[in-house]
Amino acid sequence: MKKSHIIILVCIAAAIVVLISYTGDLTTYETIASARQKEGRFVNLIVKMDKQHPLEYDAVKNPNYLSFTAIDSLGNNIKVVYHNNKPTDMEKSERLVLKGRVQGDHFECKDILLKCPSKYKDDPKAQKNNLQNS
Amino acid sequence: MNYIGEHLLPGQIGHFFAILSLLASLLATIAYIQAGRVKELSDKSSWIRLARWAFLVETISVVAVFATLYYIISQHLFEYKYAYTHSDKSLQVEYLFACFWEGQEGSFMLWSFWHCVLGWILIWKSKDWEAGVMSVISFAQFCLATMLLGIYFFNTKIGSSPFILSRTEGFFDMAPMFKDLTTGGLRLDYLTLIKDGSGLNTLLQNYWMVIHPPILFLGFASTIVPFAYAITGLVRKDHSWIKPALPWASFSAAVLGAGVMMGAAWAYESLSFGGYWAWDPVENASLVPWLTLVAGLHVNLIYRNTGYSLRPTYFFYIITFSLILYSTFLTRSGILGDTSVHAFTDLGMNVQLLLFLLVFFLPALFLFFWNYKKIPSIQKEESTYSREFWMFIGSLVLFLAGIVIIAKTSTPVINKLFGTNIAPPEDAEFSYNQIQIFVAIIIGLLTALTQYFKYKDTPKAFFGKKIWIPTLVAVLISVSISMFGHVRYDKMGAGFLFAIHIAIFAAVYSVVANIAYIWLGLKGKIKAAGASVAHIGFGLVLVGILISSSKKEVLSWNTTGISPLQADAGEKGNPTGDPAENITLFKALPTDMGKFMVTYVKDTLNPKDRKRYFEIDFKAKDGSKGFKLYPDVIKQNKGGEGFSANPAARHYWYKDIFVYITSFQENDHEDTTSFRNREVKAGDTLFYGNGLIVLNKVSVNPVALKSKYRDDETALFLDMTVISRDGRRYPVNPGIALKGMDIRIITDTVQSQSLVLKFNKVLDQEKGILELGIKESSAITNLVTLKVYEFPMINILWLGVLVMVIGFVMSVIQRIKPLKRGGLKVS
Repeated sequence: MKKSHIIILVCIAAAIVVLISYTGDLTTYETIASARQKEGRFVNLIVKMDKQHPLEYDAVKNPNYLSFTAIDSLGNNIKVVYHNNKPTDMEKSERLVLKGRVQGDHFECKDILLKCPSKYKDDPKAQKNNLQNS
Repeated sequence: MNYIGEHLLPGQIGHFFAILSLLASLLATIAYIQAGRVKELSDKSSWIRLARWAFLVETISVVAVFATLYYIISQHLFEYKYAYTHSDKSLQVEYLFACFWEGQEGSFMLWSFWHCVLGWILIWKSKDWEAGVMSVISFAQFCLATMLLGIYFFNTKIGSSPFILSRTEGFFDMAPMFKDLTTGGLRLDYLTLIKDGSGLNTLLQNYWMVIHPPILFLGFASTIVPFAYAITGLVRKDHSWIKPALPWASFSAAVLGAGVMMGAAWAYESLSFGGYWAWDPVENASLVPWLTLVAGLHVNLIYRNTGYSLRPTYFFYIITFSLILYSTFLTRSGILGDTSVHAFTDLGMNVQLLLFLLVFFLPALFLFFWNYKKIPSIQKEESTYSREFWMFIGSLVLFLAGIVIIAKTSTPVINKLFGTNIAPPEDAEFSYNQIQIFVAIIIGLLTALTQYFKYKDTPKAFFGKKIWIPTLVAVLISVSISMFGHVRYDKMGAGFLFAIHIAIFAAVYSVVANIAYIWLGLKGKIKAAGASVAHIGFGLVLVGILISSSKKEVLSWNTTGISPLQADAGEKGNPTGDPAENITLFKALPTDMGKFMVTYVKDTLNPKDRKRYFEIDFKAKDGSKGFKLYPDVIKQNKGGEGFSANPAARHYWYKDIFVYITSFQENDHEDTTSFRNREVKAGDTLFYGNGLIVLNKVSVNPVALKSKYRDDETALFLDMTVISRDGRRYPVNPGIALKGMDIRIITDTVQSQSLVLKFNKVLDQEKGILELGIKESSAITNLVTLKVYEFPMINILWLGVLVMVIGFVMSVIQRIKPLKRGGLKVS
């Protein structure tokens, strides 16, 4: 066997090992109910902001504290705490991906991914909302 | 139905040319394929002539489509959906082009345009490879043209036309104001009711957005050239294409690399991601083809010089273009919606995009494996002391690194295929960094060492004699960086920190060794030094990435909440002990921020670019020169109510200080809260919403506050201290001034606590009991919250990109020269 063949095999094996170990780090998308059952595990929630409940953010008191209520497609809701600034236009976003873990009664959020304006710009539904508001 | 004021002609012209370009590219494809197949020379040249005419019509059509859409956008014809959704009247002229690439259709047009440009260069230069190469490119043009059709075939929509009208897309169906009450349909004069379009996304209103997409798409488009040569080579079983393909591959690597890094610069300067690279799927999707392309370029060189590695050359060029198509699929199909912050929306073209990928990838793969045995390869093993051996290892590592990255990026695709619900890891960036740092080490070392090997075999004495000087210099430099550079990124453990130090050595080594090689190896022949210069640039990029990322510093650490006055640490939302990155600045109130005292001075609205600029003043505590920064916010459009922020940076040669607004509050609503009156005497402590107020003493006519009362007045001031929950102390002095029977009340304010104190009157002079008015108001002051970062040595990264591109361009020139023989064969 040639040296280069051995090296190719070693490199490919290394790449496979890397990818397999990566699968161990992967997390999952959960509903609020299933996330509550996996308290303390890092999960991803796909939710909307529940506008029935007030959003709490006061830069005077603490610019790194945001709290709101999230509701998922099954209708469950949970209080979310995010130790960072309020992402711009969060109220407008139709879909939020929250990354974090359930801790006691609330969801301790590490990161929020918005379905940002650039993504719903081509969405006729959003456009209609836009027109109605104007 | 005739609607008043509509301009239907431009749309019809545009649509006509869109269809013409489809037909012309189809004809060009067929004619070029025929030209490749026929043996008779006169037949061949007549097919080629036909194909060129078709390609000319194709080019004119593409340009015409472009021009029509530009006309529609620049004339603000909002009856067209594209103008309506992507532009508005207030947009500056320089951003009109950015409207093109905000939508998918415009970016397809851009891609198609570059294919035309590259096509003409190939027609001019590629001689007898023209027929084969151009048939692949014409076919790609055909596929791109279908993306712009927007026509239904048997209930399946093919493509998405940029010339459709807003009204046919049902934009106005839901809004009653557009309805004609008598017919229930759309009002004939509906256009008069549309005042403006919904505008260009504010994030794209940045100069990088005007230049980054054209360069990136030129990079995308140019990867087809080596691919087309490889396919033609497989069909013709002629492998001499690797010579003309080489400068194309270098060109492509230069442009694609520059395009990707311009995107990084855009992210750094405008997107407020807090950095230039986030391993976002969209970023990865364009980085990975670059990695495989560079791998292809290196094996191509190996083959040209030694005859080894022809098969990998074919494979890497095929996989590069396929990955470009795959990244097109990823970013445009909407599949990345939950993992990326900046992918396109789903236009309902997923099947078409997938077909676009497969129609190139599958036949190419089939051709490659069908002919695999027939592709010549040398059985004899490469020497370990040869350049080709190590170049091959490097290419392999680049390729596998790319595969690992793209596999990680593809989790949404895996979810779709297998119905799983896997998501990226908790720390997605680190999951990339911990692997790619080793790739950086290997590639850094290989770029340093490999050029000192000669092709085929290297005398050991030669290698040893040349390599020790650069090695010694690199060790000295990198050890001093490690020792005095304060690289202490221990967040991820000692192992990773160690890997960073090794990687810094590898990166410095590749810079030093390649600089040295220009003299030691090439005897100062700069013309031949393209590869060395590109490697120097690459090494600098690595150094810049390593140092700026591992030493990135948050300056706006907000330690609010770690004082003992903060309530119970178990309280919900108490960030005790975990300082966060946002800090609040109150207008005109200097705030302590580590090395600086920072003040939000004022803000101004610029009517031209509709941005609100905040003047933030930084005063260095150590007495060095301060500076002012002007981060801005721009009002969101497209149904957004908030603002999007543009950062500002102070550039030093060795670092950037980088600030952006995360929220701001204007004192625009009326203050409705009223004063609460409390009895108080000296030494008393009162509570307010956010802490304590202590009355220290009462003083008559205090000298320190002389400016607040007149000489003929008798002044009574309260010396008070406000202690907020975070432990900050603010002195306050409300007072009264008496002149005869006239009482003048002098209130005092603690802006940052939104607290107003008013000394009302003396209630009991004997006991010293006073009445104090306390008002806590939210509408008291303007404030901003912001994040401030320091990126040390970030300029090494940008310098490295520049040097690398220059190196690639040098090698393009170096490779073209020997090809410059003979002219056009067919006329």
